[in-house]
Amino acid sequence: MAAIIEVRDATKRFGAHAAVDRVSLSVAEGEFFALLGPSGCGKTTLLRLIAGFETADGGSIAIDGTDMTGVEPQDRPVGMVFQSYALFPHMTVAGNVGYGLRVTGVAKSEIERRVAETLALVKLDGYAERMPAQLSGGQRQRVALARALVKRPRVLLLDEPLSALDAKLREQMRHELVRLKQSVGITFVIVTHDQSEALSMADRVAVMELGRVRQIAAPDELYEHPNCRFVAEFIGRINLFDGRAAGVVEEAGGRRLIVEGAALGRVGVPMNGASAAASALAVGVRPEKVRLDAAEPDDQRIRLQGRVVEIAYFGETSQIMLALDGGATVSAALTNATRSVRPGVAVGDVLWASWDPADTLVLET
Amino acid sequence: MRHDRLRSWREDGAAFWALTAPPVLWLVAFFVVPLAMVWLVSFAGRGPQGQVLPVATLENYARALEPIHLLIIAKSVAIAVAVTAICVVIGVAMALVIAFAPTRWKNPLLLLVMLPFWTNLLIRTYSWIALLRSEGLVNLGSGWLHEAADALLGLVGLDGLMPAFQPVELLYSTSAVILSLIHIHLPFVVLPAYAALERIDRDCLESSLDLGATPAQTFRLVMLPMAMPGIATGALIAFILALGSFVAADLLGGTDSIMIGNLIQRQFTASNDWQFGAALSFLLLYVTFALVWLNAARRARVPS
Amino acid sequence: MIARQIDFAARRDLRAVLAAGLVFLYAPILVLIAFSFNDSRRTVVWQGFTVEWYRQAFEDEALLEAALNSLIVAAGSTILSTLLGIMLGLALHRYRFRGKASLEGLVYLPIVVPEVCLGVALLVFFSALDVTLSLATVIAGHVVFSFPFVAVIVRARMAGFDPALEEASRDLGAGTWQTFRCIMLPHMLPGIAAGALIALTLSLDDFVVTFFTSGPGSTTLPIKIYAMVRFSVTPAVNAASTVLILLTALAAAAAMALNRRDTTRELP
Repeated sequence: MAAIIEVRDATKRFGAHAAVDRVSLSVAEGEFFALLGPSGCGKTTLLRLIAGFETADGGSIAIDGTDMTGVEPQDRPVGMVFQSYALFPHMTVAGNVGYGLRVTGVAKSEIERRVAETLALVKLDGYAERMPAQLSGGQRQRVALARALVKRPRVLLLDEPLSALDAKLREQMRHELVRLKQSVGITFVIVTHDQSEALSMADRVAVMELGRVRQIAAPDELYEHPNCRFVAEFIGRINLFDGRAAGVVEEAGGRRLIVEGAALGRVGVPMNGASAAASALAVGVRPEKVRLDAAEPDDQRIRLQGRVVEIAYFGETSQIMLALDGGATVSAALTNATRSVRPGVAVGDVLWASWDPADTLVLET
Repeated sequence: MRHDRLRSWREDGAAFWALTAPPVLWLVAFFVVPLAMVWLVSFAGRGPQGQVLPVATLENYARALEPIHLLIIAKSVAIAVAVTAICVVIGVAMALVIAFAPTRWKNPLLLLVMLPFWTNLLIRTYSWIALLRSEGLVNLGSGWLHEAADALLGLVGLDGLMPAFQPVELLYSTSAVILSLIHIHLPFVVLPAYAALERIDRDCLESSLDLGATPAQTFRLVMLPMAMPGIATGALIAFILALGSFVAADLLGGTDSIMIGNLIQRQFTASNDWQFGAALSFLLLYVTFALVWLNAARRARVPS
Repeated sequence: MIARQIDFAARRDLRAVLAAGLVFLYAPILVLIAFSFNDSRRTVVWQGFTVEWYRQAFEDEALLEAALNSLIVAAGSTILSTLLGIMLGLALHRYRFRGKASLEGLVYLPIVVPEVCLGVALLVFFSALDVTLSLATVIAGHVVFSFPFVAVIVRARMAGFDPALEEASRDLGAGTWQTFRCIMLPHMLPGIAAGALIALTLSLDDFVVTFFTSGPGSTTLPIKIYAMVRFSVTPAVNAASTVLILLTALAAAAAMALNRRDTTRELP
């Protein structure tokens, strides 16, 4: 697949602070790409650099093989959907959607045809003469989408498009966005701070922190193989234990790294990229991969004994927190697979938490 | 929500009346009744010594349509329109810069615009005399420029070529009146225009660029219409105040720059023709009320 | 963060208009203040610094009397306007009643009615009732256009008042008056102070309404200055004007300082 957006070493400073710090990434044609990170990580600034609202202090951005340096926003083949939707309050829905065609001198009949066509695409036929103030949040969102799509951009940029909607509508619009992307077939780049949004919609996700890209990967890879402590903690829940490398052993299943830690004791985990030389490591495991047993599990599993201190019920899962000797805690997520009202666990029980060494994440800190 | 917190006045009638009666009575006694009296006088007949006679007549209004008075009214409107137009052009440009200035600059700049409000209207008008009179600063400055140019010509042997400097009579003219009225009413346009421009969602402007509009198109098609309620309010205030002004024309105007305000004042002082003065007052008030009502109706139509 | 293409504050031409506009607003006033210190009776050329004109102004009995009258009128008008403004602001804030919208409209009217019209109306009113024009008639006129401002400010201030505070106070056993004095009044106070100072500046500044409502013995400073300007422009007028500018500037600065302290205190 050819790259539609190619960002190389892009840097943007506001005063002494680098909002975007030497970021490089490439987005493939037709991809649904997400920029994910906490607020202030630079994801919105990066989007604005691509749209042309900010000028990079260094590096380059190319769209469709053309360097965008010095190209004004109005001349870039991108369409943007703003967090606030930014609908023009003094124009009708049709006026809003047709605006981009009108200012570029498209003939009136052509504008009418394309506006109607695009409103149908976002299922807003019949709303053409409404004013934005007369629309619901979800409808405004659709108008904003239609307005950006009517110009047939190569790339649609979406800045936190779902954050102004309530939870139920947000869920629905996720499916809608994916459907829309499939029907228009162009590249979508979405900025979000909501990991479930990014993971559920995007083909690939770039996780950003402090102006840098930490990891770019498909959603499942981000979750199961985070490349650093930040990504592991940012995406989903995780139990993390501090430790240090204490040598390598050869076993039948491959090389194993021996890690020692206060809460963890001495465990052997598969080498997955972590350096044996790193003195400080974090060993992590996702809560749903932790099993709880009353009796000590077999020898192959990494195991810790603790007392149940908290049971949080979430509907589809229950989160059980165990306090270990020495103050550390470990959480396990149990799927409530049957309709038993009482879980088989109570606060105060002493249990074994264990997991398969293969499910262990070893992260450099 | 807050409407639910409002209580009916019946719940504590005594407190309600104690709070409402004094201000309402004051307004009625010193505002409603006096205006009503003027309104009645505007339809009254006039005795030989100018007495107010209890006859209903439209004669006073008819007199306003006499050519000599109509000319003054037309000229007042023309002056007010010119003042408003110039105030809007300059005021919107000033408001634009302030609205988009870095946050730490906004308040100081607004303060600078507002401060002249608190300088006495009379003094602000009068201060132009020192600048505009024939031995004033403006003439002094241009005279100095003239001399410098003459000296420069002298250096290349062309002295005596320039005509001798004649101080221009800037004072006591309609231009002086317009200048002073702009000076007084400019802040009335800047502040509401600023408030309206400041409220515009910046994303709307960027969105316009993103959709292919040039900055000029964005200004014309997005910013201006969105800020229009504020700009219109400012223009309206400036127009009403300029139309009813009388100090500027009184102090800075020439014999031919009388405005409605001066005409009204004269009927109540020198000419002692209250009936005509009352009719003129109410003509001014009818225009004022009509404009305020139009603006309110227009604003009510615009969805927020 | 705003795209540079629409950053209107960065455009040189617009900045030049702003600068020119500000110069235009200030130049005449600053020139007038400068002239009040110029050691020359006739010319505008700077002849050296003097306070002679201030000495002359302060020795002018009529001018001093006018200044005193101005202060009396301002004090009377401020007190009355503040009281009436608080009452009306509170009533509009608290109660629902028939004709409320009309009353709100009526309250704004003195602000939009041309001053000449208000002035002549009061003149007609007082002469019809055979009331001799005096400081009292001037005050009556000033209160009419000042107290609506106080009412608007007090009401705006009360809009930010959490009604739950009042309910909490009642719940804890305080009566109506105690609740007003201990809970609502402290909240209102910055608004009252700002409103009072605006009433003060409006009164000190007013020329047009005073022009029609003052009699021979009730000349205020602006009226006196007007008479002097009509007669001849002397440097003493500049000095008197500068004093008046200073007086109103002080009141305005106090109002703004109060307002600012008020807003900063509300920041978390």
